[in-house]
Amino acid sequence: MLDLYGTNLPSRLLLGTAQYPSPAILADAVEASGTSVVTVSLRREMAGGRAGEKFWSLIRSLGVRILPNSAGCHSVKEAVTTAKMARELFGTSWIKLEVIGNQDTLQPDVFGLVEAARILCEDGFSVFPYTTDDLVVAERLLEAGCKVLMPWCAPIGSALGPINIPALRSMRAHFPGVPLIVDAGLGRPSHAATVMELGFDAVLLNTAVARAADPVGMARAFGKAVEAGREAFKSGMLEPREVAVPSTPTFGRAVFS
Amino acid sequence: MRVLVKGAGVAGLTAAFELVIRGAVVTVAETRHSLGGNASWFAGGMLAPWCERESAEQPVLELGRDAADWWDAATPGQVTRAGTLVVAAPRDAGELDRFASRTSGHRRVDEEEIARLEPDLAGRFRRGLLFLGEAHLDPRQTMAALHKKLTAMGVDFHFSADAQDVSGFDRQIDCTGMAAVDDRLRGVRGEMLILRTPDISLSRPVRLLHPRFPLYIVPRTGHRFMVGATMIESQSSDPVTVRSMIELLSAACALHPAFGEAAIIETGASVRPAFPDNLPRVDAHESTIAINGLYRHGFLLSPAMARRAAELVFDHDKPAEPADEAYGKRRSA
Repeated sequence: MLDLYGTNLPSRLLLGTAQYPSPAILADAVEASGTSVVTVSLRREMAGGRAGEKFWSLIRSLGVRILPNSAGCHSVKEAVTTAKMARELFGTSWIKLEVIGNQDTLQPDVFGLVEAARILCEDGFSVFPYTTDDLVVAERLLEAGCKVLMPWCAPIGSALGPINIPALRSMRAHFPGVPLIVDAGLGRPSHAATVMELGFDAVLLNTAVARAADPVGMARAFGKAVEAGREAFKSGMLEPREVAVPSTPTFGRAVFS
Repeated sequence: MRVLVKGAGVAGLTAAFELVIRGAVVTVAETRHSLGGNASWFAGGMLAPWCERESAEQPVLELGRDAADWWDAATPGQVTRAGTLVVAAPRDAGELDRFASRTSGHRRVDEEEIARLEPDLAGRFRRGLLFLGEAHLDPRQTMAALHKKLTAMGVDFHFSADAQDVSGFDRQIDCTGMAAVDDRLRGVRGEMLILRTPDISLSRPVRLLHPRFPLYIVPRTGHRFMVGATMIESQSSDPVTVRSMIELLSAACALHPAFGEAAIIETGASVRPAFPDNLPRVDAHESTIAINGLYRHGFLLSPAMARRAAELVFDHDKPAEPADEAYGKRRSA
């Protein structure tokens, strides 16, 4: 079972809650996906105090664990403030930490990320940092106190899928004992299956489900793909061969004559 | 039949109209001192059920497809039937394909046809979608026209009304939106701007698709343009934020750089009442009927909801409203 900061979770799919056609469809998608964790953003909704409360209470009623995120934060200070607000609002020390460094690519500001992660870990938060596939940054995040890493596989919302598989492989190999969750860039279920086959512990996605023509059907499809990829990883896949090998032995032929 | 309509937003006005044409004696009570200030006042006024279907469910199209005819009949001269033009920057061509695959009632238009439809957009977009069956109106002018017409038809309007005084009516229709007491309702914040520039003219609403900042611009009289609208899960009606305004303005400039020299004559923010499925409802409880949850579709869906409410006032045995029926089907599918 997936163990994140001491919590065992039955599903290896984490789902975002933004951009759905309606909260009712979001609820159906969460159920269909089988997810045990949803992320929710606060930055924009909390302008005006607790004005987003009604939506947040809908999220609470989904009956799954909540991972608040600091999406849309561009500085350490913003991200830290948002995390503290989230802890108060949702009664959880979990925070998906995003510090955005580039408005166009939504690439993480890894320097700010490490700094914010250190501050939050010291303050007792369980930090889930949204990072790149850079190994040195990953080391720094672990040093700062993070016990989980969330590398991107492509820019947020791009639906490109894993664009640098060697980098993902290398990350998996360097941090064998750290839960690694691919966050951002997944477009279709086969992308999720691919990174799960590489041995990643879980995936987090939002746009690919929320903006699908049928979000509920797509949530179910991703749930299955994540399970399939995990099962395949555990079961040991064949390495590609240069030669054809018949799957049925051929009897009654003078093969060696 | 004496009916009290609470609320003079688009739901209240359309309900009053449907009631008075059925012979009811109608009083409209509004706590505000005039027609303005509610969510309807900040609406775009697009009667665009085919475009909305991109993110809305099927009942929005079914309940909204006759809205333009309704407004044309109730407020002659207010509706402009010129369709909707949907465009995207070349970089976001995928967004246009996505939009086309989610909607119906459109046809593809090329650069030449875009130039013919909207000469000021000539050369700016190579591909677009034209939704010819759609229409638009100016919400404020139309509400004023309907108010005037209802007054002439004998409807009694009370502004700055005390909400408590409800005696002497056979029925009441609650059209108070966010002020209604209903736990299922939530507010969805929307922010808008009104720009004025003589340098650009548009004949129809234009939607600019963008992966992050989709926007629409609805032309109004007097060289004015309504630019909208954000959708934020928040009940705050504080003034427009810097970020939202930057997004709306940069999208407007992406549509046409000449918007850079336009005057910002108004900014607004309001909270739209929505149910969890973002579909409207007519609920009947004893002598009170409530119309609510019009979300971002006030002018589009209020005629159908008002008709349904008026039918309930005069005939209790009507089946459940179409929105609930279609919704029930989807939920059990």
